[in-house]
Formats: sequence, C-alpha cells, structure tokens
Amino acid sequence: MLGYALRRLFLAIPLLLGITFISFLVIHLAPGEPAEIQTGDLSVQSDAQARQLLRELYDLDKPLHVQYTKWLTRIVRLDFGKSFSPDSRPVLQKIGERLPVTLLLNIIEMLVIVVLAVPIGVLAATRQYSLFDKVTTVFVFVGFATPDFWLALLLMILFGVQLGWLPISGLRSLNWEYLSFWRQQWDFVSHLLLPILVATFGGLAGFSRYMRQSMLEVVRQDYIQSARAKGLAEAIVIGKHALRNALLPIVTILGLSLPGLIGGSVIVESIFAIPGMGQLMVQAVFERDYPVIMGNLVIVATLTLVANLVADVTYSLIDPRIRVGVRRGRR
Amino acid sequence: MKRRAPFARLALILALGPAGCGVEADLVADHAAPSEKPAHGDTFIEALTGNISGLIPNVLSDSASFEVGSLIYNGLVTRDRDLNLIGELAESWRFSQDCLDLEFHLRRNVRWHDGEPFTAADVVFTYETMINPKTPTAYREDFRAVASVEAPDPYTVHVRYTQPYAKALQSWGIWMLPKHVLEPYVREGRLRDAPQNRSNPIGTGAYRFKEWKPGEKVVLVANPDYFEGRPYISRVVYRIIPSQATIFLELKAKGVDSAGLTALQFKRQTEYPAFRKAYHKYEYSANAYTYLGFNLRDPRFADRRVRQAFAYAINKRELIDGVLLGLGREATGPYKPGTWAYNPNVKRFAYDMDKARALLAEAGWKERNADGLLVRNGQPFAFELLTNQGNDERKKVAEIVQASLKELGVQVDIRVIEWASFLKEYIKKRRFEAIILGWGIGLDPDQYEIWHSSKTGPDELNQISYANHEVDALLEQGRTSCHQEERKKSYARLQEILAEDQPIVFLYFRDALPVVSSRVRGIVPSANGILYNFNEWYVPKHLQRYTAG
Repeated sequence: MLGYALRRLFLAIPLLLGITFISFLVIHLAPGEPAEIQTGDLSVQSDAQARQLLRELYDLDKPLHVQYTKWLTRIVRLDFGKSFSPDSRPVLQKIGERLPVTLLLNIIEMLVIVVLAVPIGVLAATRQYSLFDKVTTVFVFVGFATPDFWLALLLMILFGVQLGWLPISGLRSLNWEYLSFWRQQWDFVSHLLLPILVATFGGLAGFSRYMRQSMLEVVRQDYIQSARAKGLAEAIVIGKHALRNALLPIVTILGLSLPGLIGGSVIVESIFAIPGMGQLMVQAVFERDYPVIMGNLVIVATLTLVANLVADVTYSLIDPRIRVGVRRGRR
Repeated sequence: MKRRAPFARLALILALGPAGCGVEADLVADHAAPSEKPAHGDTFIEALTGNISGLIPNVLSDSASFEVGSLIYNGLVTRDRDLNLIGELAESWRFSQDCLDLEFHLRRNVRWHDGEPFTAADVVFTYETMINPKTPTAYREDFRAVASVEAPDPYTVHVRYTQPYAKALQSWGIWMLPKHVLEPYVREGRLRDAPQNRSNPIGTGAYRFKEWKPGEKVVLVANPDYFEGRPYISRVVYRIIPSQATIFLELKAKGVDSAGLTALQFKRQTEYPAFRKAYHKYEYSANAYTYLGFNLRDPRFADRRVRQAFAYAINKRELIDGVLLGLGREATGPYKPGTWAYNPNVKRFAYDMDKARALLAEAGWKERNADGLLVRNGQPFAFELLTNQGNDERKKVAEIVQASLKELGVQVDIRVIEWASFLKEYIKKRRFEAIILGWGIGLDPDQYEIWHSSKTGPDELNQISYANHEVDALLEQGRTSCHQEERKKSYARLQEILAEDQPIVFLYFRDALPVVSSRVRGIVPSANGILYNFNEWYVPKHLQRYTAG
C-alpha cells in the first residue's frame, strides 16, 4: 500500500514539472505584459524608460527559458516570489490572506452538497419514478440550467433589496467591529448565506444525480437481492449494503473536486464581492501578474495530483475488493 | 444648456426638504435651517470595482489607487470647479516672463500625518523621487524639462526649466511625499516595497489612512489637523465590489452612498420615487471622447473628402440618443465644450447624406456594383472596423456607423478584439483600416503626443499617422508657453484645422453619471465633476446615518 502510494507520488513530479512549464509558456504567450499594463498602455504618460525599468525589475527582458529556470529554482525552495502588482507583496502572503475565506466557503458548500445530495439521490433511486423522483429530476435540470450569476442577482434583489433581510455583498458589515460577539457571528453568517446558497444549487443538482445513478445500479445487483432474500430489513439493505457500494464513485468525484476547494469560484466571488482566491486569480490574470498566477497554479496542480492519489487510496480503503486485488497483484 | 440641469434639480430638492428620512425630517426642514447646518460626522461609503494596488499613487497607475490617494496626499496645486489651477500646498507662485523660472511659496501651517512639518525639502525630495531612474513611475515625463529644483528657504521652492513648458504648473499637482519617511526607500529604488505603500501611508491630505483589507475595503478617517480644517465627513470607506450589477443593487439597498451609473440605469432604472428621494443624480461631461479613426496610410482614407463624407453621413445626435440614451455631447474636436481651450467656432458636419455622396463622388467613388457598393477602379469600397472587447458602447457605435455608411454604399465589417491583442497586434503594428476608440483627455490642452507628426512610432500615440505641418507648429507653440491667452490662440486654430481635416471623425463626449446619497450636502457639480470639493461635503446632524467613527 505504502509503496504504491510512494510510487504514485514519485511519478507525480515530472507531471508537475510539465504542467508548470506549459502554463509558464502559455501565460507568457498571451499578449500584453505587466510592464506595459502598469505604465498605462495608450496613455499620454506612457514612458518607454519606465517600461524598460519594470521589465528589468521583473526579469522580463531575459529569454523565456532563463525566466523559467529562475522561477523553478526559487519554487523548489518553496519561494513563490513577489507579486508583480505595484504593492509587490510576497505571493504566499497574498494567497494566504485570500485562502481562508475561499476554503471556508467551499468546505461548507461541499458539506451541504454531500449532506443533501446523498439522501436525495438515495430516495430518488429507491422510489424510482415516484413523485419525489420526478420533482427532483425537474429540480436537477433547473439546477443545471440556471446560470450562477443570474440566480445570485435574483436572490440579491429579493433578499437584499426587496425584503432587506440579508446583506447583498461583502463579508462583514461596516460596523462589524462595534457589534457584540454574537451579533458579529450572525453578521458573518448572514453574509455567507446567499453565496453558499448559489454555490450549492448547481453542485447539488449534479451530485444528487450521480448518487441516484450509482444507487440505481447497485440495487439491481444480486447481492442486494440476496440481502433481501435472507430477510434483512429494507433500511439495512439500503442503508448498509447498498449505500456503501453506491458511495464509491461519489468518493472519486469528491476527491477530484478537492482542488476546486482552493480555486474558488470566480463568478460567485465577484458578484458577492468576496475577497477570495477566485478574485485574486482573475485580477492577477488581468494584470499579467505572473508570479501570482504561477503560484496559484502550482498549488492547484499539486492538490489535483494529491487529490487523485488520495481518491485512489481511499477507494481501496472503502472497497475491500481493490485491497485484495493489490495484495494479489503483489504475490 | 444641459449642464444647468443638475443645479436646477439640486435646488428643487433642497427646497422640498431633505429626502430619504421620512416625515419627521421633512417637517424639520420645512421649519428651516438650523438642522441643515454643516456638521461633522457620518461615514461616506463608496464602491471601487478594483482592488487598489498600493498607497503611494506616484508609483501606481490604477484609477482606484488615485482616488484613494487623492484624499491622503496633496499637490502644490490643484484644480478648482472651473478647472483653473489653484494653490493647495502652495500659497502662491510666480512665473518669470520667459516662462523658465517658477517660484512657489508654500503654506506654513501644513503638517504630515505623523506630525512633522511639511517644508520645501519635501518638495525637492518628491521631485528627486520622480526623476530617480530607479523609481518605477509613469510621471517622469512631466519633469523632463526641469533643470533644477532648489529650496532657498523652508517655505520657498525655485524651479528652473531648460525650456518653456506649458504643463509646468500642472505637473506640480503631483502628490507630495514625505522625505523623512521615504528617503531610504527611494535611494535604494525600493519605493514600492516601502511599508507606506501597503499600510500606514503618510501624506498631508484631509484624510488619514485607517485600514486596508485587500479585496474588501479601504478605510480613511478625517484628519483633525488638516491645514484647511478638519473635513466634515468623519470616515470614508471604499468597498471593493468587482461587479457593476452588485454595486447597483447595493446602491438600491443603501449599502453604498455613491456610484457611477450607466446611461440605461440613469434613464430607465432609477426614475422611481424612492430612488429619487434617496439619491441625487448628477450629469457632467466626462473627460473622454469617442471617435471613428482611420489609418491615414490607407490611400482611401488619406483623401480628406472621404473622411468628411463619413462625418456628414454619421448622424451624431442619433448616435448619442441610440448609444447613450441622449446622455452625451457632440464632439467637434478633441476638447471638451466648456473648457478654456475649447473653440466652438469650427466647421461642423451636420447630418447630410447628399453632401456626403457628393464628396465621395468628387473623390472618385461614383459607380456602384451589383451589391450597391461604391466602386473605384474596379475595387468596391469595403473596410474592416476594429474595436475592443468589453466595451458595449463602442460596439454599438460601430454598428450604427456600419448602418450609416451602408446607406452611402460603403461596406463595413466589424471586428471586436480582446484589448491586449488589439493593442499589440493591430494598433501598435498599424494593422487596421479603421477603429472605434476613445481618448481620455488630460486637463491640460497639450495633445502633442496624439497629433504631432513625429509621434507615429509603434509605441507612440499618433496611431492614425496624421501629419500636418501647421498642426505640428501649433502644437509646439501651445506646449512651450506658460501664458494661457497665447496658448488659447494656438489651440483655437488647431481645432479649426482638425475640424476641417477630420483626421478622425469626432463623435461624442459621454456624460459621467454619478449619484450620491441625498443626505450629503455641499455638492456643486461643475466642469470638474463633483469630487473636487469633497472636503466641503457634509451631512446635517439629523440625517447622519452612521455614528461609529
């Protein structure tokens, strides 16, 4: 088991290198460079000397492979460099202050999705073609078809403008510091309600559908029939025998959505003015802030690879057949 | 005449009593004045669409940072409501007759936010910072003509120029930086790394820095020791909200006090009573115009008659009504109506299809082919019109231009291209036939960089490759005098030539359309917008919404 994990980990290194190299190439190929954007292109003030100075400052005057090697030698020492943005703060610091919000938001979102999607999927599958199944099917299609930003704006108009129950955007009220402890907590929660609702809506649709599908397949299996035949209660048949097997594909999907946890949702974050990773990344792309883009990419790529690995390992933990398979393979 | 509108509305609303606070407030106001007195207090909340990129605006380039910076820092001079230069940190100044010497006398009661006095040494330091080759600033050009800056005493600054420079005075509106704090960083060329760029900036301005939560908000508080007295509004909060739609909703829910609206929002979505009661709307000409530009190296467009024909064929009024719902002003040249350099007596091209056809015929475009297109030497008149992505307004303008020229028998194909590649691959390489673009104009009329025939290099701004000797001479005269009357003459003539020549078809100046919470008083819209007297804005005591701070 351990050897398998280590081998996979080792194989991930060239993969990671490849990812960073291609990304580095691609973002440098995009027209517009930070020096130009910062000295104001198409502006009367624009000044060739200032541009050249910035280019030298950022090493942009060097050939691409030199820039990449420099970046690589820094990154292996876990030095993510400094942002090209005029505040020139360390990349890790910038990511560090954005990460907690995005993580919090996405973890809550993920939990809500799992907690709701699993029972919905199970119920829809065990009562296939019932009213509940039909209603959820409609809901799923609506969920898939609804654009995030549209739903967000409608909810903001309803709860923020018309009813005035919830704040529209941001993370905290402006008078947050002056509120009592419990009011502060409520203030924070009330700011998160709408974003989480919007983010959950689309994801819930997909997940409950996977769950239903997976469950449908499992309940048709022979071992479920034998479980029923030996007189087990339906709750145990479904809850224990069927569910555990049906969860397998869900674990894989969950594992793969792990990197998304830190990636952040650009649309939700922009519309709700939440200062998270999605916003940071978009701004970095607009400013051609290469160190921030690359830093972000490295973290997401690493997480994706790790998540893949974790998903595979968990898979074998949940499913005894795979464990057995590995053992047999070794013999 | 349109400019009067905001004044009239403001007066009307004041007469009706303060809006937005229900019956009680109305009654108080009816009985009158005591409650309307200027009062200290309250918080003003503004929305920024982008995160600020730092706190020392001299080394930054984004408008959000400038807006925040302009409350924290002062220049030696600033612009008043009529866009005249007036003293800010300078009490007075004097030019020598030959425009080569400029002497400033500084205010004596100015202190930095950390309590140190502001002196001539800081002015010299700021100048040295700006010309230091290690300082990454976009404003070095402003100080290129300076020969020396000296401080004969702590409150006098003497600037000597190598040649007369028209923008000399304006350039001293640059934000003054504190020598005692920033000197080591400037010397090492690390001004951007200075902690004052990230937190705790030290300026002389009416507001002091309180906090900056990246991506979330920037908070400033009133400076009690400000040399013109403590400003009325105690706290200014800039909320960073990237989405325009969200800002608009926040405005409706009173989560922000001020925002710039689009024409559609201004005209159609905010005309209901509750909104009109809660906000005052303002409209004034923005410092930017939109134009139809030609690549003058293209022989078809090198012919002035063709450009004039296009100018006749485009109905500008209709364009403004269609694209901006009427919220704009026709442009007759590159200067904003109402500014001192503006010359209203130039050739105008009122919509006239017959004249347009006649001019094209004169230029040899007479016959039409089977598709109804004009043909010369067997070639149909067709060209590609480029504009950049992300600007709906320009796209609509392009479509209207396309329809207008189609009537003339000219085929226009529109292409919309992402901004960065638009600049790099098309504009800088001059690979275009015609473009819809805009120019933001500075407050000084010098437009040497845009029209002078020497400025046609790849990185330079005369992208249309315009060359006219008389224009060159006028631009040179205009930028080398410090006497407004002389300059006015040059620029008046310049506008006559540009109007006659139509190197580009000047289309319109868009209106800026800000709204501000109606509880705020003291706003006087002008040619200089509304923000120029922010320090004088106030909220009467009974209307103050926020007590904290």
